[in-house]
Amino acid sequence: MAESFDLVVIGGGPGGYVAAIRAAQLGLKTAVIEREHLGGICLNWGCIPTKALLRSAEVYHLMQQAGAFGLSASAVSYDLPAVVKRSRAAAAQLQSGVKHLLRKNRVSVHEGHGRLAGRDKVAILKEDRPVGELLAKHIILATGARPRVLPGLEPDGKQIWTYKEAMVPEAMPKSLLVVGSGAIGMEFASFYRTLGAEVTVVEVLERVLPQEDPEISALARKAFERQGMKLMTGATVKALSKAVTGVTATVTSAAGDTKITAERVILAVGISPNTENLGLEGTGVKLDRGHVAVGPWLETGEPGVYAIGDLTGAPWLAHKASHEGVICVERIAKVPGVHPLDATRIPGCTYCHPQVASIGLTEQRAIELGHKVKVGRFPLIGNGKAIALGDTEGLIKTVFDAGTGALLGAHMIGPEVTEMIQGYGIAQTLETTEAELMQTVFAHPTLSEAMHESVLEAFGRAIHI
Amino acid sequence: MAIEILMPTVAPSMTEGNIVRWAKKEGDQVKQGEVLLEVETDKAVVEVEAQQEGVLGKILVAEGTNGVKVDTPIALLAGAGEDLKALSAATPIAAAAASSSAPAAASAPGIASAPVQPPGGRVFASPLARRIAKERNIDLARVSGSGPNGRVLKADVEAATAAAPASGAAYEDVAHSNTRRVIAQRLSEAKRSIPHFYLTIDCDVDALLDARRQANEMIDGVKLSVNDLVIKAVALALRKVPAANAAWTDSAIRRFRDVDVAVAVAAPSGLITPVVRNADRKSLREISAEMKGLAARAQENRLRPDEYQGGGFTVSNLGMYGIREFSAIINPPQACILAVGASEQRAVVRNGALAVATMMTCTLSVDHRAVDGALGAEFLAAFKKLIESPIALFL
Repeated sequence: MAESFDLVVIGGGPGGYVAAIRAAQLGLKTAVIEREHLGGICLNWGCIPTKALLRSAEVYHLMQQAGAFGLSASAVSYDLPAVVKRSRAAAAQLQSGVKHLLRKNRVSVHEGHGRLAGRDKVAILKEDRPVGELLAKHIILATGARPRVLPGLEPDGKQIWTYKEAMVPEAMPKSLLVVGSGAIGMEFASFYRTLGAEVTVVEVLERVLPQEDPEISALARKAFERQGMKLMTGATVKALSKAVTGVTATVTSAAGDTKITAERVILAVGISPNTENLGLEGTGVKLDRGHVAVGPWLETGEPGVYAIGDLTGAPWLAHKASHEGVICVERIAKVPGVHPLDATRIPGCTYCHPQVASIGLTEQRAIELGHKVKVGRFPLIGNGKAIALGDTEGLIKTVFDAGTGALLGAHMIGPEVTEMIQGYGIAQTLETTEAELMQTVFAHPTLSEAMHESVLEAFGRAIHI
Repeated sequence: MAIEILMPTVAPSMTEGNIVRWAKKEGDQVKQGEVLLEVETDKAVVEVEAQQEGVLGKILVAEGTNGVKVDTPIALLAGAGEDLKALSAATPIAAAAASSSAPAAASAPGIASAPVQPPGGRVFASPLARRIAKERNIDLARVSGSGPNGRVLKADVEAATAAAPASGAAYEDVAHSNTRRVIAQRLSEAKRSIPHFYLTIDCDVDALLDARRQANEMIDGVKLSVNDLVIKAVALALRKVPAANAAWTDSAIRRFRDVDVAVAVAAPSGLITPVVRNADRKSLREISAEMKGLAARAQENRLRPDEYQGGGFTVSNLGMYGIREFSAIINPPQACILAVGASEQRAVVRNGALAVATMMTCTLSVDHRAVDGALGAEFLAAFKKLIESPIALFL
């Protein structure tokens, strides 16, 4: 007789495991089915290990700049296997942490591939063979996504990489072609460029980090180019041809076709949701352009079946998945006061150098939506802490509704902005207006003071500009 | 020791008022004579100055609270070196508690004190929700909040706006303003308790209009209205018949020494009666200029209490609307009110023959307790004489 649960979560990534823990907190008998590793891509092959790599790159960069700080360091170099090992250790530590948290919350963890097997039933498969079955009143699909593969641009894991190979390089390639300039593409571009590779980035849209405010994109581009990256925007990689010496890409742009040869290629052209082999056929679960279609409470068309995270569409971010997991579970448990996720309140961070972070509407989008806007800009060159840190490249841009004073969006580039964006996130969630932000005392000297100045600037009151 | 700041009396008859705005925030330094808050009475919004120096430690009654009884503690003022934290432990007082204690004011016997807004404890709302509610004139206390612990969010205010009865309902409820409430209370009281009688007289105003035209044409910077002339005529008539310049009180008939003429003005928030003081001793030019200023400030709801309080007699003129004649309700505690109609050409019989004359019909409403019929008639006759022989008005 199969064991019966209140909730079974298929997928143990940042969406699934968080949903499971929250459900357990709310007294639901909960199980998680994970086929590979708890914590999902994020923790094992994404967010966390890349941050460890980028930290190594950052320290290396600072060591190279030692003279600027009045220090000296000779024979500065790196040991790539050790850098990778450190990154893997970070992932391993967190994975065991997630395992512990699930155990602590008495969530039942099942290894294998979960698949819907009729109403209220989930089959567990190993190597495509059923090894068990769970009964569930509620089922959350949280199977995530994998790199998108475009025809003609298939990864081979040797010369043509996805994020996974790019994260565990055995040797530093002399030259690298990055296809796609979103967060994943630019973080790898930043890492490899800092460690000395010749990096070319090809982006199909007209600007790098195309999801960001155009002003921020432009500043990022300048910074990347100053670091020696080659950026080709409005350009498409049509074909890749492999040779022993490297991969030659045919790149088409308005200027015509060019050939670029690089030792390695990283494909970062988006993701494909893992909807296959989930037993969705014949259920009420519908797909919308490849993603699982869900309502505001993450419910699918099949009663009792929900979907969260990358499966349900952009933004493909771990914190979006976690938050959806919590909302979904709280809705199931009938917790009062639950609100659907507001897409304009999900921050996005890119940990390249300089860092980029944003939340809410870009200036352009706000205007398109009919807002009369007030825009504040504060460059970090006017910030004392940035000068002390020796890292003054950056801008804090804020977008307000001129009528209500609502903070519509914030767009930041510069040191530690990925940590600072939360300030604006809290402001948005609490629905503060410019008045409360102006009244807030920001500690001196901090980079965050630039956030204050940006708000003041939007209303013509900046002090240090 | 902290000093309690009490709800001030900003107008003599005031028993309660609304705290419109705190000009100082908790923790602000307050100097003597600085504006501390704005209080709305039945007639106007008045700025209240601090009487003592200190730090505004704790606001006990939040701005926007209506019906706060006079002498209710509304804030605590901390002296030098006093611990503000200790003060902040003091509990804010809900408006309901503030308004339920004192009995109905003695000046309005038999009338319950005006009902106040529902208990006005703190409404939890996001700053953005507050700002949007203010813009759209939505009472946050009536919006149910969907945020944590019922906190009102922007979306809730927007939903409340959408649900407003403007769409489809057959009526709209306009909440009583304080002014409206007081007008209702005082006039009901007047009509119910004062034995009114009415005297009507027709005045030939051809000479008056001619004199006015000449004055306006010949004297620079003067633009007299008929009403200015009526005020002056009333003032001089009261000087001749001072017994009509009176008020009934429980113990005596009060005869006013000064001739202070109140004039009914339609302000946006309702009727108000600014007073032209010593109108018998003022020139028409002065009366005209004064009335213009009073009327303008009444329109802006910015009359000072001393500009609308008191008065021994009221003039109410609806002539500009073409009203031929009407009878007004007495403005207590005064004994008389003169209702002035339009100046219009009528067929009159003069020396046994029909003639055309410009006539103005005036009706005096009289409190019979204070003024008898003959006295009222005497006053009206004096008034008519001044209107028909206007040369005395210009002296």
